Amino acid sequence: MSIVLEARGVSKRYGHVEALCGANFNVAAGEVVSLIGDNGAGKSTLIRIMAGTERPDEGELIFDGQPVELDSPSASHKLGIETVYQDLALASHLDPVRNIFLGREIMRPGILGRLGFMDNDAMKRDGRKALASLGATVRNFSGPVGAMSGGQRQAIAVCRAAAWAKKVIFLDEPTAALGVVQTANVLDLIRRVRDLGVAVVFISHSMPHVMEISDRITVLRRGATVATIKPAETNMQQLVGAMTGAVETGAEQ
Amino acid sequence: MTAGAATGSLLAVDDEEPGASALQRLSRLQGFQILVLLVVLLVGFSLLEPAAFASVSNLRAIVVNTAILAVLGVGMTFVIITGGIDLSIGSVLVFSGVVASKVMTAAGGQGWGVAILGILVAVGCGTAWGVINGVVIAKWNIPPLIVTLGTLGMSLGFAQIITGGVDIREVPEVLVDTIGYGQIGGEIPVLVVVSAILVVAGMVLLHRTRFGLYTYAVGSNAEGSRRVGVNVNRQLIKIYALSGCTAGIAGVLSLAYFQATTIGGQTTTNLNVIAGVVIGGTSLFGGIGSVFGTVIGLFVPAVLQNGFVVMGIQPFWQQVVVGAVLIAAVGIDQHRRTALVKGGPKRKGLSGAGTRKATKMLVTRSGSKAPETPT
Repeated sequence: MSIVLEARGVSKRYGHVEALCGANFNVAAGEVVSLIGDNGAGKSTLIRIMAGTERPDEGELIFDGQPVELDSPSASHKLGIETVYQDLALASHLDPVRNIFLGREIMRPGILGRLGFMDNDAMKRDGRKALASLGATVRNFSGPVGAMSGGQRQAIAVCRAAAWAKKVIFLDEPTAALGVVQTANVLDLIRRVRDLGVAVVFISHSMPHVMEISDRITVLRRGATVATIKPAETNMQQLVGAMTGAVETGAEQ
Repeated sequence: MTAGAATGSLLAVDDEEPGASALQRLSRLQGFQILVLLVVLLVGFSLLEPAAFASVSNLRAIVVNTAILAVLGVGMTFVIITGGIDLSIGSVLVFSGVVASKVMTAAGGQGWGVAILGILVAVGCGTAWGVINGVVIAKWNIPPLIVTLGTLGMSLGFAQIITGGVDIREVPEVLVDTIGYGQIGGEIPVLVVVSAILVVAGMVLLHRTRFGLYTYAVGSNAEGSRRVGVNVNRQLIKIYALSGCTAGIAGVLSLAYFQATTIGGQTTTNLNVIAGVVIGGTSLFGGIGSVFGTVIGLFVPAVLQNGFVVMGIQPFWQQVVVGAVLIAAVGIDQHRRTALVKGGPKRKGLSGAGTRKATKMLVTRSGSKAPETPT
């Protein structure tokens, strides 16, 4: 499999706190790589750097074999990299389709489009298509997403990212607030995105979910990559040990 | 599709209640309750005083009195939908009028040339104050309440410095004769036509364009909008500039109508406009609102005042009633936002505790951006 996105020797400091010190990470097309680690291990920082919302102090990002500078979310969006944030980043007063297209509206052709008029019919049509392609059936396109359940909002956020992610999708604890059935649905959705050939990076504290869905697992501890393992070659005790430092795996890369 | 159905359709969002009739859906429309109140007031006063209240000239007077506030209300609606506030509009109106008046006097003449120059100067002054508000709010992260309270004092102060505190009463005749007192077909005041055009333009901008969508998005979730690529700062600056621009236009209208700069007469304009916007169903917490509601919300106090005068009731009662309506409007808004957060198809019997909790959630979220802690 070809590596789509790779982070090499990435470091990031916030004042005196060293969030990342020389972390390495890579993910290939059509695979799910889980990123795990204790609180403060640097998972979210690494995701934010790879998603372009923050810049690393040191290290480089390699996209499709070429070094890239991701200095803004739109820079990563252009490369087909999308992120589902922990807080979902949905505008709760807007409907699902408007949320899916927020920041990427389809404009009316010609002068009307230049005046700022949007092609609402096209967005509704393409939005429905995007949701349907992931096996999601939305019947109420006009209600605000804030009035929907946590699971539904989560699904809309995942569908939005999946609809735009041509290459890589980051999911920051997408199941943290969900019930059993909804979690199963989101994991199912992740598999479908992976089957489309997209590289999926999954952050979670839930070891069973990580073991269930991952092709590979990368463990971060204190800002550094301490292990990258296949689920079949490890067990939960070993993973927890690698996260906390109780077990030295020495299986780095 | 099949997989989705098999896994219990992840996104099977409940449809609107199937029995929801067109009327029920209309009743959920913003500003609808207040429209009912306005109709009740109009019908009530008409029945009580058919000759004096329901006359064409009296109703026209109400509309004329609301016209300038409605122009200000367009800008204010956008600002409040973002969760902000603009206290400076009354002073910016005065400042724009004063500078325009000075420039027109200096240019000399009573014709359209000088009038157009004055209009451009007033709109430019208003927009400039709006840009200042927007830049300071967006880039320096100072709360809009404080920034616009500051520019309220600054713009009024400058206006008083320029004039020495004395109203200028030199306005080109052409402005007064057309915009101030002109009537189309001898029936419809030009002032009202100008105001109506701007209100309709505001509605189109808010509900049909990307600018309007981003206004709601920024008010709903500024951080989320930023992450999906919306330039939140630029949008905020544009919105405060729009509010300043409408204040500048209102400055011209006021100049033409009152034939003076009304330096001391605009101290409560900002609060009157904010009250109208809020009564009209726009949420002070952002994300919800409409220009249509604002216009209705501005008519309620105007109709009350006029009706009380016509009926011989002390007009001071108007303030009492408007105050109560304002509080009720915010109460309804609170309930609506709580329902939005609670979710679910039908939300009857919200517990007090639940309401408070949900409200608190919204307040904290719309307050300041939570710092992202690295994990």
